Amino acid sequence: MRPWCSAGGMAKYVTIQVVPKEPPPAQQAEGERCKKCNTPLDPGELKRSLWVCPHCSYHYPLPAHERVAQLADQGSATFVGEEFRAGDPLQFFDLKSYPDRMAEAQAKTGLTEAFLAVLCSVSGHATALGILDFNFLGGSMGSVVGERFYRLAQTAVEQRRPLVVVASSGGARMQEGLFSLMQMAKTIFAARMVGAARVPYITILTHPTTGGVFASWATVADIILAEPGAVMSFAGARVIEQTTHEKLPPDFGSSESQLVHGQVDMVVDRRELKARLAECLRMLTGDTSSA
Amino acid sequence: MPEPGLDKGFPTAAWETVQIARHPERPQTLDYIAETIPDFLELSGDRLHGDDRAIVAGLGTLGKQRIVLIGHQKGHTLKERQERSFGMTRPEGYRKAMRLARLAEKFGFPVVTLVDTPGAYPGKDAEEGGQAGAIARSIETFAGLAVPTVTVVIGEGGSGGALALAVADRVLMLENSWYSVISPEACAALVWRDAAEGPHAAAALRLTASDLSSLGLIDVVVPEPPGGAHTDPGETVKRVMHQVQLALRELTRLEPGKLLSLRQEKYLAMGSYTVAKSK
Repeated sequence: MRPWCSAGGMAKYVTIQVVPKEPPPAQQAEGERCKKCNTPLDPGELKRSLWVCPHCSYHYPLPAHERVAQLADQGSATFVGEEFRAGDPLQFFDLKSYPDRMAEAQAKTGLTEAFLAVLCSVSGHATALGILDFNFLGGSMGSVVGERFYRLAQTAVEQRRPLVVVASSGGARMQEGLFSLMQMAKTIFAARMVGAARVPYITILTHPTTGGVFASWATVADIILAEPGAVMSFAGARVIEQTTHEKLPPDFGSSESQLVHGQVDMVVDRRELKARLAECLRMLTGDTSSA
Repeated sequence: MPEPGLDKGFPTAAWETVQIARHPERPQTLDYIAETIPDFLELSGDRLHGDDRAIVAGLGTLGKQRIVLIGHQKGHTLKERQERSFGMTRPEGYRKAMRLARLAEKFGFPVVTLVDTPGAYPGKDAEEGGQAGAIARSIETFAGLAVPTVTVVIGEGGSGGALALAVADRVLMLENSWYSVISPEACAALVWRDAAEGPHAAAALRLTASDLSSLGLIDVVVPEPPGGAHTDPGETVKRVMHQVQLALRELTRLEPGKLLSLRQEKYLAMGSYTVAKSK
């Protein structure tokens, strides 16, 4: 028996509902100008345009609950996997302890972990939706992210719901050491289960999608969508410049550049994302009703 | 455990391990091949783009067993290291590994991988050539390979670049090798904002073979000769390949279906977390 199994690793799927606290909604300050193009914004304008600047199309970072509100049909969302919470297997301590960093991230975001797992419908398609929130410890993937991903994938298989996962991540979670690296393997095993059951798997890559997330579940989907201007890379630009002394183009790793290099299927504006996602779901599920 | 007040650069035991793991005289993949696989037939290329010399792959006989062996090769001299990109793999290297893994599966040969890399190659061409996707698909390939797989971390196990070759039925580590989600220097630069805190980070990351064994993340620790593998490469190679053969003897008894389900079970159970009680 592996030591961590007894600590809950092999626990049976518990279907308890721990209702997450709704985090404060993203706020647009009064008289605010677009952070990117500096154009003055009307009150509430950003929210109405799904946190995309109506003038320059800059895509603002989106908290996980806002993403649910944008993609899930109204009132259809149930949150699952909330019972899984981080341990501290290495008793990792840098300038602060890992549990302290965790508590801060929870207070800041209103989330219990970086991964929000949701059962919902998207334009009428029953979907298992996962969202990684960059605001929570950089959207880093630790054991709980891996476990919630796996349970969501399991539900996707059992209920034959397409699995849709939105990425924004700095990579693996350092504070869990090799346990985090192993989540790359674990999520890929989970995605393989979904594939073996012929259940569709779609990922949506948003800014930024990097490191261990980009090099695991994010890139093994049936269809990969990306938001405009999002940056994706395995190694960071700074590491590349320091190691190889290469000059990187300004659009290095951008969605648009990834499309040119064949790494994503399409770049989709957030304001059209739900419609495009629904179209992908319709195609992969063989639904010909609205053809 | 590192003390929070530890002096910067204090030589922790984990840091010493990292230094031994990087010793230029430490045996590398080609040394293992020279000592134990007399009929090694090296194959090249990913059939798409190129051949990555940071990875050596081919067929050969270990004991009486035909195997496919795939390993990182860093090189011993500076010239070799430059030719081999210091063992940092590009997408074509992972694709070569996948190609050889599938070849092994086709003919029913077990796969042995030797891991020794500071990490995947961080470069513009590698990124644009799909580095992330190549690593992900390599993991996916090894996850679903219907033949026995054994990995040995023989030197450095640097992050995703290592994991791409390290999803296996049995994962072994040499006593003075390291395996981590991030290099100690990069970790130090990130959290302490000072790469000189490497020794501190090395201890915090629990990256040594004995730490990872006690955390249950690897299967076997192979002891090195006193002073480290470089003091007696021949003896080190013998010990490692003996353990590989023991693992293969066990694994080749299992049906492919059983192998696959045990491997999946092992990786899906990996993680350390708590389960909150409902009210």
